[in-house]
Amino acid sequence: MLSVRCASPGRSSRIPPEGVPSLAETFKEISPADFFYRNRDVAGFSNPTRAVYSTVRELVENSLDACETRGILPDIFIRITSLQGASDVSQVLKILVSDNGSGIPPQYVPQAFGQVLFGSKYVLKQMRGTFGLGGKMAYLYGQITTNAPLRIVTSTGSKVHEFSLMIDIQRNRPKVVQQKELKKIKKWRGTMVEFSIEGDYYRASPKIVEYLRQTAMVAPYANISFIDVEGRLIRFMRATNLMPKSPKETLPHPHGIDVENLQRIIEFSKDRNMQQFLTKNFHRVGKATAKLFLNEFKIDPRKDPKKLSHDEIVELARALRSFEGFLPPDASCLSPLGENLLEAGIRKELQPEFVAVESRKPSAYSGHPFIVEVGVAYGGKVQQGGSLYRFANRIPLLYDESSDVSWKVVNQLMNWKRYNVDLATAPLAVVVHVCSTKIPYKTVGKEYVADRPEIEREIMNAMRDVARRLSLFLSKRLSYEREKRRFDVFERYLPKMAKYAASTVGLKSVPSVKPLLVKASKLSSEVVEGGKEKEDLEGSVAS
Amino acid sequence: MAKKRKILKGVSQARKKDSQEALKALAEGIIDQIRKADFPSVTMPSRTTDNIYFDKKLKQYVLGGKVVRRTARNVTHLKPLTQLVWAGYIASTLLKENKTSTLRDVFYMAEGEGLAFEDQPESDRIITELESVIKHPREDFNIFPEERSAMFGNLEVEYTVPGYEGRRLNFTMNPDGIVIGPAVATSEFVDTDADKVIVIEKGAMFTRFVEEKAWKRYNALLIYTAGQAPRATRAIIRRLNVELKLPVYLFADADPWGLHICQVIISGSANAAHIPELVTPSAKWAGVYASDIVKYDLPSTKLNEQDIKRLQEIGKDPRYQSEPWKTEINKFFEIKKKAEQEAFSRYGLSFIVDKYLKSRLEELEG
Repeated sequence: MLSVRCASPGRSSRIPPEGVPSLAETFKEISPADFFYRNRDVAGFSNPTRAVYSTVRELVENSLDACETRGILPDIFIRITSLQGASDVSQVLKILVSDNGSGIPPQYVPQAFGQVLFGSKYVLKQMRGTFGLGGKMAYLYGQITTNAPLRIVTSTGSKVHEFSLMIDIQRNRPKVVQQKELKKIKKWRGTMVEFSIEGDYYRASPKIVEYLRQTAMVAPYANISFIDVEGRLIRFMRATNLMPKSPKETLPHPHGIDVENLQRIIEFSKDRNMQQFLTKNFHRVGKATAKLFLNEFKIDPRKDPKKLSHDEIVELARALRSFEGFLPPDASCLSPLGENLLEAGIRKELQPEFVAVESRKPSAYSGHPFIVEVGVAYGGKVQQGGSLYRFANRIPLLYDESSDVSWKVVNQLMNWKRYNVDLATAPLAVVVHVCSTKIPYKTVGKEYVADRPEIEREIMNAMRDVARRLSLFLSKRLSYEREKRRFDVFERYLPKMAKYAASTVGLKSVPSVKPLLVKASKLSSEVVEGGKEKEDLEGSVAS
Repeated sequence: MAKKRKILKGVSQARKKDSQEALKALAEGIIDQIRKADFPSVTMPSRTTDNIYFDKKLKQYVLGGKVVRRTARNVTHLKPLTQLVWAGYIASTLLKENKTSTLRDVFYMAEGEGLAFEDQPESDRIITELESVIKHPREDFNIFPEERSAMFGNLEVEYTVPGYEGRRLNFTMNPDGIVIGPAVATSEFVDTDADKVIVIEKGAMFTRFVEEKAWKRYNALLIYTAGQAPRATRAIIRRLNVELKLPVYLFADADPWGLHICQVIISGSANAAHIPELVTPSAKWAGVYASDIVKYDLPSTKLNEQDIKRLQEIGKDPRYQSEPWKTEINKFFEIKKKAEQEAFSRYGLSFIVDKYLKSRLEELEG
């Protein structure tokens, strides 16, 4: 039985599940380490700048995962030091990332760090829209550019182990250079990874800081500390002790199945008839639904799935995708941030005057459940000119903003004027978080979300909702400011009037205007701001 | 020299005392309202055009019954009302310390108090409001315009300005005439043997009158207005007329503008309709008439478009519906010509005084 750990936190898991070594055999011939080195653009290692940024990103996400899966409030520490200048555009950097997460049992360490695409989850993870690479691409890249081993210190709470590893690229096997127990360190749990990489730190640095800042925005329960090459400490402090609910593992929904998936499920399945195969391997398929489905497509419930021909598998995949009798996917496999955490994160990092957040109800596209969360931040320290922060499964997306569906909604579909907002000048920040078992990225770069109509609609609805609340806030503030300005006039002139009148008659004590100011504060502007003409008319009546 | 006249004593001082009382009443009203926690308000006659009427009996512009209320309850009135109270304080201080000031001073003083006016007209407006609230012209609370007009003749006054109290001045002391400034305007009349006032529009003609001893020959005080008479000058003409019972004769150019200079001295301007004490209704327009252009065959120029337009306007003006205005305005339309006072010089320098003035005064005095 295959299971999918869905979506958020949709980062790679470092701990392989039980029974994995047998699967590794399946991929032996792929020579994945070699393959991914040759195709490093795909994984975000296309140039010395991206390489440094991607390395930090992969490692930080691994660390966050190691904490979140166990419900531990994360303390992440990152340090980058420069060993030597290799050329104008790159330096040899030492990167260290440590966490207080679950730690890794020593027997899994070599495989977890030293073997690319280790584990059956690889296939399904791709489906979910994340790489199965985790930090491994980074270690690989580091080894190739500096030929130095990877240092790992980890503990699950008892003994502390230190490893020195290298990757045998051709054979895709870890080579343990050194392993020892560190007896001096006690009562520590977590993982620390340190290795060298060649890259362009100076160009990557603003992106790294921005990445950490945005990560802190959607992980307000984490402490993130970063010491950069210059020795400067940049800290993002925890603002809440609440953490989002962990997602439940779930089976794939039939609407999201393609031929390749189906073949693999059949291959690993132990079920010997169609009825059982459907109910045991798919999400939202019970006995009655399976019967209905098999009936509809005239498939014999007793047929052995392993005996399906290639054409039959193609037919079955099509049928599974098109059958309308399946209930929509359940969102328990999703882990949205929730409105409280999103608001806490936005308040902490953007320090706005006003925040409105909306977490939409789960929805689905093509059998993949998703949840859209949107926040607007206004005023305070928010920069002018409408900035957009995009997140997919709690990962900040920093590149290719204008291709993203959120950008389209914010800049093209939303009529901000209706909400009294001038996007060009307003101190406005929009935050969009999409979480799904499969984020519909448009390209392999995985930096922007495609404009799937279902997702676009959900973002739009959420955006309208928060914009309405912003508009309400703005009009309230406007009338408050008007009242304030009006009252200021009373405060400014009444004391002067009293003073001059008193001086004219030689009065030593100026009469107090306080009772009048109290009265003025109670006057509504409508009563007071009658025009001059009206006053004149009243005057003529009075005469 | 004519017989000595009975001089009213202390008139100028009385007016000032009166102003000071009115200023204090204004301030007390404000204080009372503040103490009662009522929003202070001040009521004054409306000075909008629909409330300015020409009073045929008084032969001057007056304000109608409409009033406006400046109230601190209205946020848009707060600043102007405070400025008004402040202006009242400034005026009362000026009177107390016996100092004078100008409209320009007021404009700048306000800036120092955090009550800055947008522009000079706005500050002038507040002073005008203060005039209409306390019903005294600003000269009574020592705010004067820039002086430019002058007086000559046998009139003795006693200064009331600080440092000059009790000192006297005779208006024959300087043949150029003596400027009608704050010191003169606030002086008390002591003595005169003049029995009339002749008001002249232009400086050259004023000098001619002095040189030709018109003041002596006709027993007159000569006043030069330099165009439209400043308010201090109009006030002193009125005082000469009311306090000294001197008849007033007005000479200006024979054109619509000259007519109006005379008319404003007689019946006031709409702008100053809130101040009754600037007019001299019994003053007489003595020339130069349109008919004089024909009668004396004066060198003249054609009326231009602006002149015609202005003539049409004043032809409809209620102040011009009596004689000799009506006839003369018609005459202007008929001959379509205008002439300056200096035009009489074609008959020699003394002609205007020897012949023209003599015959006109005889005509008017009946």
